[in-house]
Amino acid sequence: MKNNLSMPVRYVINILSIIFFLVLGNFLLKIGLFGRAQVSTIIQSGIYIILAVSLNIVVGYLGHIPLGQAGFMAIGGYAAAFFWKSGILGGELAFIIGIIIAGISSGLFGFLISMPAFRLNGDYFAIITLAFSEIIRSVLINFPKVTGGAQGLKRIPKYSNFFCVYSIVIIVCTLIHLIMKSKHGRAILSTREDEIASKSCGVNIRRYKIFAFTISAFFTGIAGAVYATNQGIIAPSEYGFMKSVDVLVMVVLGGMGSMIGSITAAAFLASLPLFLQSVMKSFNNYRMIVYSFILIIIMVFKPSGLFGNYDFSFSAILERIINRLFVSKNEKVHENL
Amino acid sequence: MIVRDMHKSILPKRDQNVKAVIECKGVGIDFGGLCAVNDFNILIKKEEICGLIGPNGAGKTTVFNLLTKVYTPTRGVMYLNDKNTKSMNSIEANQSGIARTFQNIRLFKNMTVIENVLVGLHNEENCGIFESIFRLSKYWRSEDLLKKRAMELLSIFGMTNVADHISSSLSYGSQRRLEIIRALATRPSILLLDEPAAGMNSSETVELMENIKKIRDSFGIAILLIEHDMNLVMGVCETIGVLNYGVLIAKGTPREIQNNPVVVEAYLGKAKE
Ligand SMILES: Nc1ncnc2c1ncn2[C@@H]1O[C@H](COP(=O)(O)OP(=O)(O)O)[C@@H](O)[C@H]1O
Ligand SMILES: [Mg+2]
Repeated sequence: MKNNLSMPVRYVINILSIIFFLVLGNFLLKIGLFGRAQVSTIIQSGIYIILAVSLNIVVGYLGHIPLGQAGFMAIGGYAAAFFWKSGILGGELAFIIGIIIAGISSGLFGFLISMPAFRLNGDYFAIITLAFSEIIRSVLINFPKVTGGAQGLKRIPKYSNFFCVYSIVIIVCTLIHLIMKSKHGRAILSTREDEIASKSCGVNIRRYKIFAFTISAFFTGIAGAVYATNQGIIAPSEYGFMKSVDVLVMVVLGGMGSMIGSITAAAFLASLPLFLQSVMKSFNNYRMIVYSFILIIIMVFKPSGLFGNYDFSFSAILERIINRLFVSKNEKVHENL
Repeated sequence: MIVRDMHKSILPKRDQNVKAVIECKGVGIDFGGLCAVNDFNILIKKEEICGLIGPNGAGKTTVFNLLTKVYTPTRGVMYLNDKNTKSMNSIEANQSGIARTFQNIRLFKNMTVIENVLVGLHNEENCGIFESIFRLSKYWRSEDLLKKRAMELLSIFGMTNVADHISSSLSYGSQRRLEIIRALATRPSILLLDEPAAGMNSSETVELMENIKKIRDSFGIAILLIEHDMNLVMGVCETIGVLNYGVLIAKGTPREIQNNPVVVEAYLGKAKE
């Protein structure tokens, strides 16, 4: 007999471990275990994690490769920055509302762009999303009265700290997880696996493609807002093509379709500069060379990414441990027969 | 039997009173210059097992693709449960009662066996995105129901013990059976099977044919079957259509087909070569 944890127990375990993680992290930062550079890297990692898991929805779960994430980041960042700078509200409430505004405006653009984009596939899909992101950038540059032009926006109020960034990380990851483990998530996956078969099962694949792309844009917009408040200054030049590629590299490295893969790869690549700073002074100049090199190695030796499409489940691991400890040997033998 | 009880109501109200499940009148399709199917007429009644045979490249799979609206016919009209399929896409065709398997198996390879069936059950329960994300009670209820039903469907071919396996890890024969289950999950009134016995050994094939009959009886649905093996089709089907170069050259009972000189020349003659 296998011991299976019931659903409510799993939820309680997961929620407790999340709270534990947040409180522990906050505590470690408060007592000054980490230096300034390290803290800033940890927060950067959090932002990249949100970006990577959002992109993973489209790349990993849906099986399309967009190159316009930077555009959604920009929309989210500018939308939130406008709101925060307007000073209508202050404090934590302003932060939360700004984040939501960022998500909604970016999601709206995602929805609009996905309608024509999914009429095309493969390379054309990549190109149309890339074109979209470039359009966003030139609009930001060319309306200086509103957007600050090439200079961008300055003095964005700073709300970001470990606790709030990682709370958002956890909320986003949880929401994505909950969507994917439902019939809608299965429909998205089936679209990736085989569109014709999916249609023959009565799944409205177009609707699910648009849905997946929209939520991806929504969460990317949120990441963009967190990025903006963390930097304090944003300018169109930051939202170039390479930003989109950066995030794509994380998703591919971690394993398309694996959330834990995206998280690990994002955290790893975002903190790489910190580790390599001591070795190479100007790592940033060589970053893309290192990325390309890592990608080549991965593609040659493990094309499915580090984690393949494995997904981590804390309660599943706990279950395995319980089964190891409490299921008697005889029963195990019996199971194998 | 579980199967019998649970599928009593398999035929939704929409098609309990229809005369023909499928009716094609003068259907045809051209690919560039090639006329793959021409003047295709067929009528399949409720609970009929109909075979579609013919040499390789005769256009059998193309007929399936036409019926399921993967291709749009160049000519002719098709009715599905008395509804004209002209404006339907393949999703709507499925929702109007047609389900199929594929000659080159098209499972969701990286998903588990039960997940494959659950995708087939996609339109069964109406649980919205909001309810799913926030795990409202409706989500749990519908998920429970779907899982239960998926397991029942898997039990038709005794596949409940592999429910959590990745579908591509199954044997070739099991993959074909899973495809049938997934198609059945969509509550069709007609099931199209494209060479379901391909790649199976002879005992598996015999068993499959038995099961096809059982499925028809317990689900009360019509079945249209493409099969290469002449003997096999003769054993299972009540009516048979013979396709050659995209044209239906004969229709009738197995006995009539066997004695039809045109068929013997076009098909059986070739097989003997
Ligand atoms: N999408 C397509 N484009 C062009 N030709 C096609 C297409 N689908 C089928 N055909 C042609 O139609 C003919 C019938 O094919 P098919 O229906 O697969 O035969 P079979 O009876 O063996 O299933 C073949 O000559 C094939 O090349
Ligand atoms: Mg064929």
